[in-house]
Amino acid sequence: MTILKSQINSHDPAFVEKQAAMNELVKDLHKQTAKFIKGGGDALIERHQGRGKMFVRDRIDTLIDEGSPFLEISQFAAHGVYKQDIACAGIVAGIGRVKGIECMIIANDATVKGGTYFPLTVKKHLRAQDIAEQCHLPCIYLVDSGGANLPEQDEVFPDKLHFGRIFYNQARMSGKGIPQIAVVMGLCTAGGAYVPAMADESIIVKDQGTIFLAGPPLVKAATGEVVSAEDLGGADVHCKVSGVADHYADNDEHALSIARQCIERVNHNRPTAPLLDEVKPPRYDASEIYGIVGTDLKKPFDVRDVIARTVDDSAFDEFKKYFGETLVCGFAKIYGMPVGIVANNGILFSESAQKGAHFIQLCAQRKIPLVFLQNITGFMVGQKYEAEGIAKHGAKMVMAVSCADVPKFTVLIGGSYGAGNYGMCGRAFEPTMMWMWPNSRISVMGGEQAAGVLTQVKQDGLARKGASMSDEEVADFKKPIIDQYEEQGHPYYASARLWDDGIIDPAQTRHVLGLALSASKNAPEKESNFGVFRM
Amino acid sequence: MLKKILIANRGEIACRVIKTAKRLGLKTVAVYSDADKNSLHVQQADEAYHIGAAPSKDSYLVSSKIIEVAKRSGADCIHPGYGFLSENCEFSRLCKENDIAFVGPPESAIEAMGSKSRSKEIMAEANVPLVPGYYGHNQDESFLFEEANKMGYPILLKAAFGGGGKGMRIVNSEDEFMAMLASAKREAISGFGNDQMLLERYVTKPRHVEVQVFADNHGNCVYLGDRDCSLQRRHQKVIEEAPAPQLSDKLRKEMGEAAVRCAQAINYQGAGTVEFLLCGDEFFFMEMNTRLQVEHPVTEMVTGVDLVEWQIRVASNETLALTQDDITLTGHSLEARIYAEDPSADFMPCSGVIKLLATPQNSKHIRIDTGVNTGSEISSFYDPMIAKLIVWDETRDLAIKRLQSALEEFHLAGFHCNVAFLHNLASHDGFVKTQPDTHFIDENQDELVKVDNADLEICNILASLVYLDSIKNQNCASPWNKQQGFRLNQDNNIKIPFTELSNISAVCNGASYSLTLDGQTITADIFINDTHINANIDGIKYTADYVLDQNQIELMYLATTHRYQLKDKHYVSDVENDDASLAAPLNGTVVKHLLELGSKVEKGDAIVVIEAMKMEYTLTAPYDGTLTSFCFDEGELVSHGDLLAIVDQEGA
Repeated sequence: MTILKSQINSHDPAFVEKQAAMNELVKDLHKQTAKFIKGGGDALIERHQGRGKMFVRDRIDTLIDEGSPFLEISQFAAHGVYKQDIACAGIVAGIGRVKGIECMIIANDATVKGGTYFPLTVKKHLRAQDIAEQCHLPCIYLVDSGGANLPEQDEVFPDKLHFGRIFYNQARMSGKGIPQIAVVMGLCTAGGAYVPAMADESIIVKDQGTIFLAGPPLVKAATGEVVSAEDLGGADVHCKVSGVADHYADNDEHALSIARQCIERVNHNRPTAPLLDEVKPPRYDASEIYGIVGTDLKKPFDVRDVIARTVDDSAFDEFKKYFGETLVCGFAKIYGMPVGIVANNGILFSESAQKGAHFIQLCAQRKIPLVFLQNITGFMVGQKYEAEGIAKHGAKMVMAVSCADVPKFTVLIGGSYGAGNYGMCGRAFEPTMMWMWPNSRISVMGGEQAAGVLTQVKQDGLARKGASMSDEEVADFKKPIIDQYEEQGHPYYASARLWDDGIIDPAQTRHVLGLALSASKNAPEKESNFGVFRM
Repeated sequence: MLKKILIANRGEIACRVIKTAKRLGLKTVAVYSDADKNSLHVQQADEAYHIGAAPSKDSYLVSSKIIEVAKRSGADCIHPGYGFLSENCEFSRLCKENDIAFVGPPESAIEAMGSKSRSKEIMAEANVPLVPGYYGHNQDESFLFEEANKMGYPILLKAAFGGGGKGMRIVNSEDEFMAMLASAKREAISGFGNDQMLLERYVTKPRHVEVQVFADNHGNCVYLGDRDCSLQRRHQKVIEEAPAPQLSDKLRKEMGEAAVRCAQAINYQGAGTVEFLLCGDEFFFMEMNTRLQVEHPVTEMVTGVDLVEWQIRVASNETLALTQDDITLTGHSLEARIYAEDPSADFMPCSGVIKLLATPQNSKHIRIDTGVNTGSEISSFYDPMIAKLIVWDETRDLAIKRLQSALEEFHLAGFHCNVAFLHNLASHDGFVKTQPDTHFIDENQDELVKVDNADLEICNILASLVYLDSIKNQNCASPWNKQQGFRLNQDNNIKIPFTELSNISAVCNGASYSLTLDGQTITADIFINDTHINANIDGIKYTADYVLDQNQIELMYLATTHRYQLKDKHYVSDVENDDASLAAPLNGTVVKHLLELGSKVEKGDAIVVIEAMKMEYTLTAPYDGTLTSFCFDEGELVSHGDLLAIVDQEGA
């Protein structure tokens, strides 16, 4: 076991400056989050509570164990995407412990547009189910939603990964023995009615929860029958007559208590028992990451300084340390759980890609989860590199990443550009979970490179016509391109669209990874089958 | 010397006697009832014999069973302790008949002191002062007036057949006598149809001072100083001390000698106590207790004499080891009786299992006499005394300080006890600065039972820390255990789920916490084990004992105990609610069924009465319905939680 030595001078002006810059970003992250966790705002929360209902976050706090962490996903979902503010896309989702069992909790926030499903609400719901399915986490749905947002129906209803997929997932997960528990705490209309109906066990709150395929207005319009919501699909109907719901709850608190009981009785068996040894925290302070990394992606840093502040005891056994040095690979533990770390320390060359492919295979063989620390401008370009076959070496790494069937976790700690994103397990490669640091950027290439390419194309065209651009014209041409890349590559933009599972404070990376790793251990280990490696 | 001693008692006094007996080389024999099979006295004795069911009348009070055990075990003497058979002349006689030495006075002495009127006659003959009074038939008004003037004022006028304060007058001077007599007579005749009056000197602000005497079988008798037991609640002594403070040497000697005369008048043998009412410099005989007293340790602490040893030696026919001149009093000693009772609920007795008993260390300054430890049960069958806390120091002031700090270290969990009350008492100026009379506690009860909330905030913090530690599974490396209350991009905020306090939240950073209470933030590091917390709160160290059991934290900090109920995640619906059943609130006896089976009842109707700890409890219908059965007959014993009756709920 090798202990990383990480010497920094925290009084160095450059360090202080970087630290201050990152601190600003983290502060803004907290500020934004503080806004999101208020859902529809104080007035609507008060109105909601006035009806005898708990606010969605209080429901979650009541549902999970005393002191349990709640690893929330996609807090930024829908941020700035729609004309209105749709905090957290109107749905709170994350992993929390219930009766000692890590569960995926998916809870509508009725204070946000009545909990209706916008396109990103659906995407977030499906993503939460996806994580649950990969990690074999029991799912608890706290339903309080008016169903699909009707004006947005074309983006919500018809496609493969739209509303219907929620129920498909419930069915498939139930089939795999992943418990599905639904708690009906408010409206649960139309398609939404299938959430409790498809659940293994469902709970309904009297005088609050209603389940029906068509609500009173639609019934009246269709058949002329006049009926109250409670008589049409309330707790009494469903627990005593229809059997759509299984458990009758006096109120929210009672319903959540029953949900806890249900989870206690699922006979959940974790394939690997949690470790009982004491874990040693890193030897270095995680908050120093701010001053090491900073916010200027052009300023390089040694990624080992980040690893030293993330893994147990700062112990890191490096693999092929002196080969393909721009990719750092090695073994470590996080909260006692072994991981293989793949981290960028510069641009990817053929050697680094071959080393990466080798190391990823090694981890897959040993069933060791992988952690990717992504900070990559791409693969090296140029005639020399093309000639030595960098494309096939890069492809080997992409092949290894795609086929390694171990839990994979990706953290964007800097740039994520081009094919580098692929080799380093970007979203398309289905990492179990993926997060961005607030300083990171994601796009097909850097804004300046893109502007440069497009300027070159434009100038080539002009040259054919014998024209040219002045320096000023070039600058004017480039600016909107750079601005567009900056906006669209920003973590808030990315996270709002669920290109990741959330933006995290760099200093909390270890905790987030630990919680997620532990959650992933609920799934049985799998054998990896690799495709054809181009040699 | 005697060889083998049977202790016909239980609890602390049995343990106390066993200790000295073992030191003297005697084999010890304990007896026990069903309720005491795991008690400390049974563990400590060399032999132990079961003598019957839990109620004393079936075990500790059955002379024949005890004599039988003595014979079976070959015990040559029996120590009766106090209470039970200790002042039973029949038992003393039985011992004699069976050739077993009774560690106590002869039958005749017990008998003589057993009757109040007879004992007063004997004392009058022995020239021991009695409260002056006239109890005769001559009701001539001028005769009564003369008698009154002879006794001195104030005078208590009492209707001979009266009660409840009717026909009773306090006459403060000669001038008012006739008018008061007339009005008392009028009230008596209308109230009881008889106006016969008794006169008695009214003792104002009386102190209870008693003298420890010791006599051997060879005519020697000494007194071992006195004790002040004025701090009483409903005739139950609470704090006792030796020597009685503020007594002149002359008065002390007079009382001592009067007590010796008293003992000699009845040919006393062994340890006895003569109780006096002290009023200024006058003292009057009340009664003589022909046994070892509960409060004997304070005398031992100031005289250096082991009274149980002397009892055994006297029973072995030895002569007293010291003469009166050899006996000196050194320093000052206090005893506080720690009871299972709830001072805030008018001292209602409590019972239950002791979840934690942490006491100060025994030393030359501190002595703890007890018959229980952690895990023992205080049962409702016997006296609810848990322990006696005895302190000694050079002066009364120092001894009081010792008592205060020893009470602060006496921590009991499981049910209510009177430690905080005793601490209030031991800190009260009326006790610290002067010597109170026997009405002191009654007159100051409200103040004395008040819960000291000076340290409430510290207690709230300590209890919160206990809670926070409890949810951290120390043995698990999982980040789900280690990252308490983790929230992404927010503080790791944990709300402390006390049902009564909703304003405490905490952020955990490893072993250290910051707590926010009412907008104020403190930081704390803790070192904690199963029952003890040591917390460094904003740089100041605090320690407390605690028990966390079934969602309740009992926190014992200094002399106060605070209880914190944790909100249970399990929601108890009306259907499940168990409080709604007619279950016995504590161990006791069914006294009366109040309704016929089949009666329709409304919520709140009285259904059954049980008696426990000398108090009656009426259980009422939890809801409207029909009374369908009684689970126990009248007179049957019931345990805490037993279902007493069943009411079928209407419409259910």
